[in-house]
Amino acid sequence: MRVVLNPEALHGAFIREIEAISEQNLLACNQCGRCSAGCPLVEEMDLLPNQIIRLAQLGLETVIDSQTPWMCASCLMCQSRCPKGVDLPRVMEAVRQIALRRGDSRVLAGRIDGSLLASAPQMAVIGALRRGEK
Amino acid sequence: MTLTPRAYSYFPGCTLATTAVDYDASGRAVAAALNLDLHEVPDWNCCGASFPLSAENVMSFIAPARVLIAAQHAGQDLATLCAVCFHVLKRSDSYLRKHPEAADRLNAFVTEGDYAARVKVRHLLGVLRDDVGWEAVRERVVAPLQGLRPAPYYGCLLLRPQAEMELDDPEAPSLLHDLLHALGADPVGFPRQAECCGSTLLVSAPEANQRLSAAVIDSARSAGAAIVITACPLCKFNLERAQEGRPQAEQLPVAYFTQAMAAAFGLPEHAGPAFRREVAA
Repeated sequence: MRVVLNPEALHGAFIREIEAISEQNLLACNQCGRCSAGCPLVEEMDLLPNQIIRLAQLGLETVIDSQTPWMCASCLMCQSRCPKGVDLPRVMEAVRQIALRRGDSRVLAGRIDGSLLASAPQMAVIGALRRGEK
Repeated sequence: MTLTPRAYSYFPGCTLATTAVDYDASGRAVAAALNLDLHEVPDWNCCGASFPLSAENVMSFIAPARVLIAAQHAGQDLATLCAVCFHVLKRSDSYLRKHPEAADRLNAFVTEGDYAARVKVRHLLGVLRDDVGWEAVRERVVAPLQGLRPAPYYGCLLLRPQAEMELDDPEAPSLLHDLLHALGADPVGFPRQAECCGSTLLVSAPEANQRLSAAVIDSARSAGAAIVITACPLCKFNLERAQEGRPQAEQLPVAYFTQAMAAAFGLPEHAGPAFRREVAA
């Protein structure tokens, strides 16, 4: 993956936005990779969880285009294992929130499969809409 | 031995009131069998179904806070069965205790009363272990689940994050194992016992969700389990859905821990079809 760094991004608003919404210090992460090693959903992701936080540290807004934050189930496996105390699910949530605020709705009530909607537990529908609808 | 009567507020939540009524009914029945008096929280609403991971918006805590406020009047611990409701209510309570300024702000928006950090949020499993005790559970058993090899499936939100949930060690949980031992069964641990089933990806990414849940089932099957035991209605739904279309021989039934208790307590009407079949076999 080709990554272009620039000093403006490194000190830009994007990093501050993610840190404000997630209440996490991105630079606390030293890229040990334990989050990605334990994540049960890595096979569904285009970027590994540790790559998301690395790109976010560098202020690269490409993380918003990644599928990874939307494949994160907020199961807190990474959060409970991070030796640096970084709450990565909150960083994922911050990326989702920024994407949603830019108009990128991932879950639309009208597009949920009808038979699933009829049988799925209420908690799944409410939880998914709260996470993924603008 | 006579069981000490104990009283709790009880929050069923949306799913137990609609698509998982068997979890609610079996939970109430086994609680009554252990002399636990569950008083349903009056005029309750949905807990919100997801714990707000961005704390900037106090409004997102209003749903769980209303439930906590409604439970305050009774002055008893608030017992839950749904793992997600437990997670959301427990963590919201923990957040509001640590952030009194957020609680103050929230109180200005809620008309039913003020959040006063007075309710202890519990899961029935914790009540069984810490208040009732495994010995008392064992003594209530009339039909031990002898020879049954259940796979206790903890999932994610029941246990994590440990510091806030205060229930069990997410890396090496024993709560469901201990319960199943008390019921006379021979529980089998398995590698994915505390890994995610996919949760709400059921709605947003159903194929990925199916693969993940199938991996949980395969992990339990490889360990030699005959049935999967869960404390979460979403886990149960996901694990069952992932097996649709599989040959019968490769399927594993899924049941709530309360249904296992009902089977062992001699309450077959609450044991659930999967469990009754398994016990008969």
